[in-house]
Amino acid sequence: MAAKSHANPSQATIAVRQPGQDNASRLILVGLGLAAAVAAPFVLYPVFVMKVLCFALFACAFNLLIGFAGLLSFGHAAFFGGAAYITAHAAKVWGLSPEISILLGTAFAGLLGLAVGALAIRRQGIYFAMITLALSQMVFFMALQLKFTGGEDGIQGVPRGHLFGAIDLNDPLAMYYFVLAVFLIGFALIWRTVHSPFGQVLKAIRENEPRAISLGYRTERYKLLAFVLSASLAGLAGGTKSLVFQLASLTDVTWQMSGEVVLMTLLGGMGTLFGPVVGAGIVVTLESYLAGTNLPVPVVIGAIFVVCVLVFRRGIVGELQALMARRRKA
Amino acid sequence: MSQDVILEARGLSKEFKGFIAVKEVNLQVRRGTIHALIGPNGAGKSTVFNLLTKFLTPTRGQILYKGRDITAMRPADVALLGLVRSFQISAVFPHLSVLENVRVALQRPLGTSFHFWKSESSLANLRDRAMELIEAVNLTPWAHHTAAELPYGRKRALEIATTLALDPEVMLLDEPLAGMGHEDIERTAALIKRVSADRTILMVEHNLSVVAHLSDTITVLRRGEILAEGPYDVVSRNPQVMEAYMGTGEVGHA
Ligand SMILES: Nc1ncnc2c1ncn2[C@@H]1O[C@H](COP(=O)(O)OP(=O)(O)O)[C@@H](O)[C@H]1O
Ligand SMILES: [Mg+2]
Repeated sequence: MAAKSHANPSQATIAVRQPGQDNASRLILVGLGLAAAVAAPFVLYPVFVMKVLCFALFACAFNLLIGFAGLLSFGHAAFFGGAAYITAHAAKVWGLSPEISILLGTAFAGLLGLAVGALAIRRQGIYFAMITLALSQMVFFMALQLKFTGGEDGIQGVPRGHLFGAIDLNDPLAMYYFVLAVFLIGFALIWRTVHSPFGQVLKAIRENEPRAISLGYRTERYKLLAFVLSASLAGLAGGTKSLVFQLASLTDVTWQMSGEVVLMTLLGGMGTLFGPVVGAGIVVTLESYLAGTNLPVPVVIGAIFVVCVLVFRRGIVGELQALMARRRKA
Repeated sequence: MSQDVILEARGLSKEFKGFIAVKEVNLQVRRGTIHALIGPNGAGKSTVFNLLTKFLTPTRGQILYKGRDITAMRPADVALLGLVRSFQISAVFPHLSVLENVRVALQRPLGTSFHFWKSESSLANLRDRAMELIEAVNLTPWAHHTAAELPYGRKRALEIATTLALDPEVMLLDEPLAGMGHEDIERTAALIKRVSADRTILMVEHNLSVVAHLSDTITVLRRGEILAEGPYDVVSRNPQVMEAYMGTGEVGHA
C-alpha cells in the first residue's frame, strides 16, 4: 500500500469516502482552529497573526486555481499587490471607508483577473504560467511608473478608518477580528466553490480536460471563472493587508511574491483546503523569526522548501490526509 | 430500422506536418445502426474519431451531422448536439468517485454548472439516475471508490456509463473492449448491443468476433484510406482486406 502510493505521488489522498467520519473529525478540527483564531491576539502579536491570515487567504485563493482547476499561475502578486494599491489609494486619497476600499481593491483584482485570464486561459501548462508571469510583470512596471502608487515609497500612512462608519479599526483587537472575519468569509467562499456544482466541473477539468470537453463542457469558460474568483480573493487578501500594515508597496507586486504563494501552497499541500493556511503560517512565521537573525532569509526558506517537497510530496496537510486515509483503510 | 444517414464525412483529410493520416475519407453512418471502423494500427481510425468530434480540425473535407454542417463547430458543442465520443486511452476522472464521474456527465442539463455558490447537495437528485447507469455496467459495488482504484477493464465500463449518461444519439466508441477480460468483453458487448436499440453507434474495435457479431456495417481503413465497406460477410471475403488487415489468409473467425 505504502509502496504503491509512493510509486505514484499524484494519486489522490481520498480513497474510499466515509463521509460521516470525515465530517466529524473535520468539524472538530474547524472548531479547534476557530477557537485558536479567536484567542490568538491575546497570545501572539495581533499584527503577526493578521499577516498570517492575509497570506493564508492569498494562498487559499491561489490554491483554488492550482489545486482545483489545475492551473499554475505565476503572476498572482499582480492581484494581491494591485488590490493593495487600489484599497490604499481609496482609503487615503478618496477617504473611503475600509470596507468600501477593500471591495474596490477586490473588484479591481477581479477585473484584472478577467483580462489576464482571458489572455492566458487558452494556453496549457508552462505557457500558461509564463503568460501570467509576463502580465504580472507589466503590472509591476506600471506600479513602479505610475504617479498614484508612489514609486519606490509606495502608499504609506494608509488610514484604517472606521468599519461601517462605526468601529474604529485603529484599535488592534477590532482590526484583528475584522481581518479574521474577512479571512473566514473568503475561506467559506472557497470551501463552497470547491463543493458546488461548478466545483465538480472544475475538478473534472483538472482530472481530464479532453474528457470534460467530450461531455459538452466549454472548459475555457469554467477555467476563466475559476481564474476570476481566484484573482478576486487574492485581491481581497491584498487589500486587507494594505489596511493592516497601512502600506501598499512594490514588494507585494513582485514576482518573488508570486513565487512565495506557490511555495506556501505546495508546502501546505495543494488541492487540500487547509494546506495553504498551514503553509502560509509556516512561511510567515519563519520569515519573521529569521528576520531577527543574520541568516539569509530567502536561502533558508528555499532550502526548507526543497527539503519539504522532497520529503512530503503532497505537502504537509496532503501527507497527513494520506496517512489518515491509509489508516482508515487498513 | 430507418436507413437515413445521421453522420457523414465528405472528402475528410488530415495532415500532420506533411504526413497524411487520413485521406479523402467518405463515410456514411446510417441512423440506428452499429457501424464498425476497423484496420491495422496506425490506419487513422482514432484520427477519424478526433475529426468527426472536432477534437482535431480537418485539413480538408466536410462533416455533416443530421444534415447539418458541423465542420467549424467546437468539440463541446458537438457533444451537446448528441454526438458523444469515448477515448482509446481510458478517459475517466481518476480522483472522483465512480458516482461522481457519472454525475458530472448528468449535471449539465440542470444549468447550474457555473453556480459556485450552490451546494453540492443540489446534485443529490441525480443520484438515482447515476446509480442506474452504474448498475448497467455492473459497477455498483465500486460506486464509492475513486475511479483510479478500478482495474483497467472496469474503467472502460465506467467510461461507457459516463458516455451513456448524456443519452447521445450517436456514440463513438474507440476500442471499448481493449484491455478487458473475457467476461467483461461479453458483458460489455451485450451492453453495447442493448444501448444501440435507440441510438447509432460508430465503434473502432479490434476484437473481430465482436465486430462480426455486433455490426451492421464495417468500414476498413488502411493508411488513412477506405479499403472496403459493407456487411461483415462481404468485407471479410475481400482479398485486399485479407491481405491488409491480417497480412495473411482471412479476416478472423466470427
Ligand atoms: N497528433 C498527431 N500528430 C502527428 N501524427 C499523428 C497524430 N495523431 C496521429 N498521428 C499519426 O497518424 C496515424 C494514425 O494514427 P491513429 O489515428 O491513432 O491510428 P489508429 O487509431 O488507426 O491506430 C499514425 O501514424 C499516427 O502516428
Ligand atoms: Mg486508435
